[in-house]
Amino acid sequence: MANYYTDIPELKYHLNNPMMERICELKERNYRDKDEFDYAPQNYADALDSFDKVLEITGEITGEIIAPNAEGVDAEGPHCANGRVEYASGTKQNLEATVKAGLNGMTMPRRFGGLNFPITPYTMCAEIVAAADAGFGNIWSLQDCIETLYEFGNEDQHSRFIPRICAGETMSMDLTEPDAGSDLQSVMLKATFDEKENCWRLNGVKRFITNGDADLHLVLARSEEGTKDGRGLSMFIYDKNDGGVNVRRIENKLGIHGSPTCELVYKNAKAELCGDRKLGLIKYVMALMNGARLGIAAQSVGLSQAAYNEGLAYAKERKQFGKAIIEFPAVYDMLSIMKAKLDAGRALLYQTSRYVDIYKALDDIARERKLTPEERQEQKKFAKLADAFTPLAKGMNSEYCNQNAYDCIQIHGGSGFMLEYACQRIYRDARITSIYEGTTQLQTVAAIRYVTNGSYLATIREYEAIPCAPEMETLMARLKVMTDKFEACTNIAKAAQNQELQDFVARRLMEMAADCIMAHLLIQDATKAPEMFAKSAVVYMNYAEAEVEKHTNFITNFNADALVNYRQ
Amino acid sequence: MSLKIIVLAKQVPDTRNVGKDAMKEDGTINRAALPAIFNPEDLNALEQALRLKDTYPGTTVTLLTMGPGRAAEIIREGLYRGADGGYLLTDRAFAGADTLATSYALATAIKKIGEYDIIIGGRQAIDGDTAQVGPQVAEKLGLTQITYAEEILNVDEATRRITVKRHIDGGVETVEGPLPIVITVNGSAAPCRPRNAKLVMKYKRALGAQEKAATTVDMPELYETRPYLNIQEWSVADVNGDLAQCGLSGSPTKVKAIQNIVFQAKESKTLTGSDKDVEDLIVELLANHTIG
Repeated sequence: MANYYTDIPELKYHLNNPMMERICELKERNYRDKDEFDYAPQNYADALDSFDKVLEITGEITGEIIAPNAEGVDAEGPHCANGRVEYASGTKQNLEATVKAGLNGMTMPRRFGGLNFPITPYTMCAEIVAAADAGFGNIWSLQDCIETLYEFGNEDQHSRFIPRICAGETMSMDLTEPDAGSDLQSVMLKATFDEKENCWRLNGVKRFITNGDADLHLVLARSEEGTKDGRGLSMFIYDKNDGGVNVRRIENKLGIHGSPTCELVYKNAKAELCGDRKLGLIKYVMALMNGARLGIAAQSVGLSQAAYNEGLAYAKERKQFGKAIIEFPAVYDMLSIMKAKLDAGRALLYQTSRYVDIYKALDDIARERKLTPEERQEQKKFAKLADAFTPLAKGMNSEYCNQNAYDCIQIHGGSGFMLEYACQRIYRDARITSIYEGTTQLQTVAAIRYVTNGSYLATIREYEAIPCAPEMETLMARLKVMTDKFEACTNIAKAAQNQELQDFVARRLMEMAADCIMAHLLIQDATKAPEMFAKSAVVYMNYAEAEVEKHTNFITNFNADALVNYRQ
Repeated sequence: MSLKIIVLAKQVPDTRNVGKDAMKEDGTINRAALPAIFNPEDLNALEQALRLKDTYPGTTVTLLTMGPGRAAEIIREGLYRGADGGYLLTDRAFAGADTLATSYALATAIKKIGEYDIIIGGRQAIDGDTAQVGPQVAEKLGLTQITYAEEILNVDEATRRITVKRHIDGGVETVEGPLPIVITVNGSAAPCRPRNAKLVMKYKRALGAQEKAATTVDMPELYETRPYLNIQEWSVADVNGDLAQCGLSGSPTKVKAIQNIVFQAKESKTLTGSDKDVEDLIVELLANHTIG
C-alpha cells in the first residue's frame, strides 16, 4: 500500500533541516517534559525520530484510508439536514482514523493532551493529507485554529477547549459574510452582551464557512455598536454544545466537495469573548489568517505532488507513436517543470514554516518569562521573515498547484478531460487554493511592502553568502544577475512615485522576489542532496530566469501613461 | 466491568503478494523476499479486543505471540494500538512447531498468565491457513469456543456471558457463550485501528531481550526507569513446558516434500448445455484423468 510520507523522500529531507534543532530546543524548552510525559522526547534526535514516526502513521492512514475514499467523498459530498451537516461516509471514516491515530491538536502543549509538535512537521502532515484529499485536508487541518485560541484565549478557556480539540473535535473560523469577503472590515454579525446571562449573544449570517458545523467556532463579530470598520470587531468562541447556530445550506462547489462550505444563521447564539474587545480583526484574525495561509500553502504543495504523480504515472504508461509519451520532449518538458515547481514551492513552504516555528516558540516562551535581549532579537527577526514569506508561500504554491493540475490534464490528453481519472478532481480541488484565505492578489498586497522596503532583497543577498556545491556555482552566478534585475525593477517602481503604477506591477515584483528566493532554496537543497534536487535546481533556474526576464522587460518598458489602456 | 483479554497474534511472512522468488531452491520460504507482518486476521482480533477495552474501562489487553526474537515487533505493534502489554514465547525448542505443538505452547503460556476472561485470535494465519490453533487452544484449556466471529456485541456482567456475531455461509449467526472463552475472528470483521501517535512515541523503544542484546541501546537507563519498555520473553522453562510436546518433537505433522507450483491459467472455453458438448467434456476429462 502507498505511504504518502515514505514514498516522498523530499519530506524527510526537509524534516532534517538543521534549523529544526533550534526549533525543537525552543518548543521543548530544553526537553523539560521528558520525565513528566511518557511520549515526550528526551533530546533532539529523539524528537526528530518521533516526528518521523508520526509522519509515517499519517502517510499510512492517508495511503490506506483517505486516498481510497477520496473519489467516493468527491461524488457523495456532505449533506445538510435539520440545520446540521452530515459528512460523506468516507469523510467519517477518515475522521475516525485520524482521531484514533491521535493526529489532533498536534501543536498544542502536552498538558492539554497535545503532541507539542512544531508547525513544520504538522504542516507536513497537512501536505500529506491534502495530497490524497484536499477537501478532507480542510476539515482535518482546521485544527490549527486552536493556535489562535491558545495564543489569545485565557487560561480558563485553554483548559476547557484545547483538550477537546486534542481529542478530535473539529473547528471552523467564521469570518466571511455575504457583504464581507476580502474586505473583512465590513463584517456585520452582531455581538451584544447579555447582562442577565452574563454572556455574549451572536445574531446574523455568515457565508462560505468551511466546516461550518464544527464543534468549536472562532467567530468575527461586531461588538461595538455604531462602528463601521475593523476597530469595532471582536473575536468570539462559539461552542456547538450551546446551540444557536444552524446551517442553512451547503454550497455546491466546483471542487473540494468533501469539505462542507456552509451558510450559517446565528440566532441569539451564546458565545464568549476571546482576547480583548476590538482586537478581533486587527490582531487575532490576522494571526488566524497567517496560520491558515500556511495551511493552504501546504494543501497546494500536496495538490502539486498529486498532480505530478498522476501526470508522471500516465506519461510512463501511455504509448503513442510506438513509445511511452514520457519519451517525447514536449511531455517531459511539462513534467520536469511540474517537478521543479513542486520542489521549489515545497522548499519555500518549509522555509516559511521554520521561520514561523522559531518566532512562535519564542512568543510562547515570552508568556512564561522575559526573553533575553538575544532572544528578543531572534524573535523579531524571524517574525519579520515569517510575515514576509507567508504570502509568498501561499501565493506561489497556490498558483503552482493550479498550473500543475492544468499540465497534469494536458499530459492525459483527451482522457484527462473525462471524469475517470483523478486528474480532474485535482484540477477542480486546486482551483480554490488561489482564492480562499486571501486571493493571490491579496497575497501580493501583503507581500509588496517587503519588496519596497528591501526585506526580500536583503534576505536574498544573505542567501548569496551561503556556500554552494561547485556544480551549483554557475546557477548561483546566474541567480545573482536575476536578483540584480529584481532590484532594478523594484527601484524603477519606487522611483515612479505613482501608487497606481506600483500596485499594477506589484504581482510581477512579488513573483520576481519569489522566483529568486525559491531558486536559492533549490541551490541549497541541491548542494546538500544533489540526487534529489540537482535536476530541479537546473530546471527551475531556467524557468525562473525566463520569468524574471519577462517581468524585467515588462517593467522597464512600462510607464504610467500606458495604464489608460488597461483600465476597463 | 473490567475484562482480562489475551490476544493471540502471529508474525507471518506476507504471502499476499507472492512472486517468483517466494520459495528458495530447497523448497523453504525465502524470508528475504517476503516481509514479516502482523497476521491480518490477528489484527481483526486485536481490534475486537481494543473495542471491548473502549467499552469496559479497566479492561486489559495482553498480546501473546510465539516466534524468534524479532517477533517482539508484534507486541510493539499491539502496544502502538492500545494493548497494555505482551509476552513473546521464544526458545529454540519452540521452533518447527505444527498446530498441535503451537497450541500446546500457547496454552501453557496462558496458564502461566493465569487470569483471563477472553482469549481471542485471528481465524487463521496466512502462512499455514489451518485455522486449527485457536480451537486447539480452547480444547487444551477446556474452554468454550466461538469461531468465525465478526463482531463482539456485548458482555453481560451479571451472567458473565458474551454475545458474538459470527460469519456463516450465506449469512451471520448470533451466538452466546460463557466466560472465559476462546474466540477466533474472521477477516470480514472490522479492520484494526491505526497506530496511535502518542503510543508510538511512548513505546517506540520497547524491545525484547534478544533484540536488546543484538543492538547498541540508546539511553539504557530508560529501561530501568520505564519497565514497560522491556518486552517480556518466555522460554519453555519459563512456562513450565514439557519439551517433548514443544516444537519439532511435539509435532506429529511432518513435511514430506514441498513443490514450487506455478499457476498457469488456461484460456477459458464456453460450453453449451447440448448433449454433444457435455459428452465431449466427459471424454476430455476422462482422457486427462481429471475424473475417473
